[in-house]
Amino acid sequence: MSRHIGVVQFPGTNCEQDSIDTIKNLGGQAEILWHGSDTVGSVEAIVIPGGFAHGDYLRCGAIARFSPIMTAISRFANSGGVVLGICNGFQVLTETGLLPGALQKNVGLKFLCQMESLIVDSTSSAIGKSFKSGEQLQIPINHFEGNYVCSPEVMCELEANGQIFLRYESNPNGSIGSIAGISNKEGNIVGMMPHPERATSVLLGSMDGNRILSALFEGNVKNNS
Amino acid sequence: MTIWRVKVEVSPRSGIADPAGATIERSLPALGFENVQNVRLGKLICLEIEAENREEVEKLVADMSERFLTNPVIEDSYVEIFES
Repeated sequence: MSRHIGVVQFPGTNCEQDSIDTIKNLGGQAEILWHGSDTVGSVEAIVIPGGFAHGDYLRCGAIARFSPIMTAISRFANSGGVVLGICNGFQVLTETGLLPGALQKNVGLKFLCQMESLIVDSTSSAIGKSFKSGEQLQIPINHFEGNYVCSPEVMCELEANGQIFLRYESNPNGSIGSIAGISNKEGNIVGMMPHPERATSVLLGSMDGNRILSALFEGNVKNNS
Repeated sequence: MTIWRVKVEVSPRSGIADPAGATIERSLPALGFENVQNVRLGKLICLEIEAENREEVEKLVADMSERFLTNPVIEDSYVEIFES
């Protein structure tokens, strides 16, 4: 198996090497997609990793959409390509409009860096289909703005369309519906605040993150020009 | 053409939790300010625009606020325009 995964690097991204290491350890191929590039090349799925894209100026993820790579990623995603946004990558996807809602400051105003129990909800997304609904996963969070919020109308749509991929067992940041991860309606774009690339060995306290990233290989991967 | 000075106040929408504003509100009574309510913490963006008239400036600022300066899911904006 050698699925080819692109891992995006903005100025300020800091989880790209962990993501690449994980993908390679799982038997995949991974390459950096530089934010200034206007093509995603021949990758078959894309990870937008965590960090502080463009310093999180204005709002988390707000400036990233002006990077040329985001136009290419939108094209890739809109033609069915699988995109996984992790933490800041999730914020970038909401700011770009590829996923609904927004991430605001944690309730309690604390930066949270801790292991969390997550419950798999919908299994209809490209990542979710590797899991069973109701499964529990141990994956850490590491964020200040991870409190997912959306309008009541959007929340109804998320529920009705099976777009809620992950919920926190004990909602640490105040997210509406304890949401930890969602997908778009089509299921090929997924965003999650927890960091699967940091739950990849028993030494790190959990290996559940491997299953999230290996789902990229099994997903509805698609070649794109 | 005139240069217009613009102030865009960005604040959390009503109904959206503002934990920073709430913390300030909870702290004020410690200094004797007992009668303060609805504290919201936002940001102020100042800019200058060269344009023919105020209507044009209003239109441009509304557009940039909607599409970039705020995230309409969680933030509101209040705009003030001054002829300089």
